Amino acid sequence: MKLSFISCAFALSLAAAAPPTVIQNATILTITKGTINNGSVLIRDGKIAEVGEKVMVPPGAKVIDAAGEYVMPGIIDCHSHIAADSINEGSVSVSSMVGIEDVLNPDDIAIYRALAGGVTTANILHGSANSIGGKCTVIKLRWGKDAHDMIFEGALPGIKFALGENPKRAGNPTGFRIGAGNVQGRYPATRMGVEDVIREAFNEAKAYQQSWKDYNAKVARGEQAIPPRRDLKLEPLVEVMEGKRLIHAHCYRADEILMLLRVADDYGFKIRTLQHALEGYKVAKEIAAHGAGASTFSDWWAYKLEAFDAIPYNAAIMTRKGIVVSINSDSDELMRHLNDEAAKTMKYGGLTETEALSLITINPAKQLMIDNRVGSIEVGKDADIAIFDKHPLSNYAKVDKVFIDGQIYFDRASDIAERATREAEKKKLLETDKEDQKKYGTPGPRRPTA
Amino acid sequence: MKRLLILLSFAASALLAGVPGAIAIRNARIVPVNGPVIAKGTVVLRDGLIDTVGADAAVPADAWIIEGDGLTVYPGLIDALSTFGIPQPAPASGNGRGGGGQSPATPAPPAEPAAPPAHGPEDRPYTTSWVKASELIKATDHRIEAARGAGFTTAVTYPTHGIFAGQGTIIDLEGDNVGQMVIADGVGQYITFMTSPGFGGGFPNALMGAIAYVRQVYLDADHYQKAKAYYDAHTRGTPRPQFDRSLEGVMETHRVLFPATRRVDVDRMLRFANELHLHALLYGLPEGYRSADLLKSANATALVDLKWPEKRRDSDPEEPDSIRALQVRVNAASTPAVLARAGVKFALYSGGIDKRADLFRAVRRAIDAGLSPEDALRALTLTPAEIYGVSDRLGSIEKGKIANLVVTKGDLFQDKTEVKYVFVDGVKFEPVEETPPGRPGAPEASGPGEDQ
Repeated sequence: MKLSFISCAFALSLAAAAPPTVIQNATILTITKGTINNGSVLIRDGKIAEVGEKVMVPPGAKVIDAAGEYVMPGIIDCHSHIAADSINEGSVSVSSMVGIEDVLNPDDIAIYRALAGGVTTANILHGSANSIGGKCTVIKLRWGKDAHDMIFEGALPGIKFALGENPKRAGNPTGFRIGAGNVQGRYPATRMGVEDVIREAFNEAKAYQQSWKDYNAKVARGEQAIPPRRDLKLEPLVEVMEGKRLIHAHCYRADEILMLLRVADDYGFKIRTLQHALEGYKVAKEIAAHGAGASTFSDWWAYKLEAFDAIPYNAAIMTRKGIVVSINSDSDELMRHLNDEAAKTMKYGGLTETEALSLITINPAKQLMIDNRVGSIEVGKDADIAIFDKHPLSNYAKVDKVFIDGQIYFDRASDIAERATREAEKKKLLETDKEDQKKYGTPGPRRPTA
Repeated sequence: MKRLLILLSFAASALLAGVPGAIAIRNARIVPVNGPVIAKGTVVLRDGLIDTVGADAAVPADAWIIEGDGLTVYPGLIDALSTFGIPQPAPASGNGRGGGGQSPATPAPPAEPAAPPAHGPEDRPYTTSWVKASELIKATDHRIEAARGAGFTTAVTYPTHGIFAGQGTIIDLEGDNVGQMVIADGVGQYITFMTSPGFGGGFPNALMGAIAYVRQVYLDADHYQKAKAYYDAHTRGTPRPQFDRSLEGVMETHRVLFPATRRVDVDRMLRFANELHLHALLYGLPEGYRSADLLKSANATALVDLKWPEKRRDSDPEEPDSIRALQVRVNAASTPAVLARAGVKFALYSGGIDKRADLFRAVRRAIDAGLSPEDALRALTLTPAEIYGVSDRLGSIEKGKIANLVVTKGDLFQDKTEVKYVFVDGVKFEPVEETPPGRPGAPEASGPGEDQ
């Protein structure tokens, strides 16, 4: 009796948060289970409860008529830098002691704008100034919630690695030119150095891991001992070796990709995703053999020397070679139209519609190991859904509504309707501000004239 | 002239004796803060302490008498987060990018050579956790007199430059030397999340690095304590733990001041303090008006900056403020009222304001935004005393407490109100209002006994 009361209360609290919703008469792009023309989706308790041509409409359910519209899983961006107050601890080449989770900022307007592009989940990565960068966090774009409530519950945490020009250039403003002054450069300054920094860090991490094993063994034997000093820089690397933290490695060139895969093999850990990987098509077989995913741009290149050998067929070729590929944004702006980015792979490489859409839905979900929760429209998965007014692979498609956990987080019609209210609010604030300045302001020093 | 000289020498001898004799303020309205207002009563000060207070308190025969008709007696104001007493440089270009703190930063001592860029937490960047404000305070800091004129008798003064900037000292704003001024030392650690500029300037150069650094330091302190305890128990045969003054300083106090400007900072810092098992005081709080739920559920204490955010001077007229910036500017002053309604414990601090008119205007703005005058007074007297654990000696007009009083003509925080006298440790001061040039100056301060 007591139990049922509790579960009842639990259900009630969920129901209060999100009443059942039925989306009707839409084209459902499930990604994993084909396309349903004129289909419906039932959302209950934040999950997808039913998908089909006809679904049950529970009493009290909110019914959304999406006639002529397209329903797809919320877009997942495997490489984003929004929603954080800082991105790059670029002072040191191993900055694994820092983490995005510490600086999540739920007030970043880029969250809302990404929602308006159909994005519901994003992998917020540390910057690429370090051979081994900071810890990363997967978030859902729950606009309006506090920082902690945005975190994708249960998603494995990640860590950023970076190869090539960025980590060797960062902290070396003079570029090691002879006679460039006595600015102390930061190691490493070459690709060889980047590899060395990674290997040294893992040597340290192994020793650190061993020191804890030794300590625990001593304690188990009943001996007295001082525990080792906890090292926030090395702990995440131990987690990597233990498979508890995913590596997302920024890289461009084929040679550095192979280097990293070899280092990983030497130390017995896996690279979860190669980020950018613009030359991934050259070493696709090796990447597939390692089991790494690749998260790339559709057609963005030549912005620096190491990005010159990119081709727009990269995503398609890597897909055909058996790699789990995603298209990412790495940009607040690109993040708002990842559906367009995915569509380009149909022209360059001939991916099918479903394959193209997979690049921004189920594939990044697999890369982040959250495909049991999101990435497709399937019964039991989180109700993270984007409704487009036209086919999302069309240039003309606009996002109409976005659901996360069954709740609406973006609605084009209400956004437009609220604009006048927001304008009025701003006008009133400006007036109050002016009055306050008159009433409380202190005449300050004037700007010197001359 | 002769009379004045006599008076002056009299005053000097009283001061030379170290403690002034008894002073009685009679027939005054008394606002003791800890209890109901006494419409007409007497306060007797002796030996720098409050001797008696009450409607019928007797005036001792040896007391100098101050006629309090038309005057109101309040406890001396306490600046809960201050740099008063630590000489400040002329405002120059800031060092580092600040950490969201609202109070002016003390500069790094100029004598020290620039440290090489830190390579990680081990190099203890921007850390002077062992420094106490008492080591930096100068009795001659001109702001002491200015702040006293605004009604402050006490300040909790901190070194403010650095990530672990150092420890606060509670001082009375009176005395020829620091020894006379200090009430309590090492009362809290002041933390900012300052960062070095650019990638070549050393660790940390990002907020996340500064936060990670603070976390590592507290983990290190924990380990250091364990290592020292082990060494004490097994001295022979154990290599001694390396002395670390940064950790020694950090371990000296569990009261830690974290900056919290926006709601997201409040959320972040409350979680951080909880993780580190610290008793955190959040300071700044211009967005406190939308953070009361977080503060309340964490049972947190807030230090609210009275320097309300202002429109940037000479801001580009073509570049309108964002709605969010406007919201903060318009609503910041309602923070104390919102916190009071929510039952969050908070004190107000000057944010460097040391002019009576500016201070009163800032407090009045909070009152206009819904804060009761009683709560405003409490947030500048008894509450800060409670927060710092010195309410047994400061913060209200009670027998036995330190004789710190503000005597006004008119209600405190009103624009036209005049601060007639300020008593610090029982020593009477008559503030001189700054007057614009060309107007007749206010009467000069004189020694006690004038009213006799």
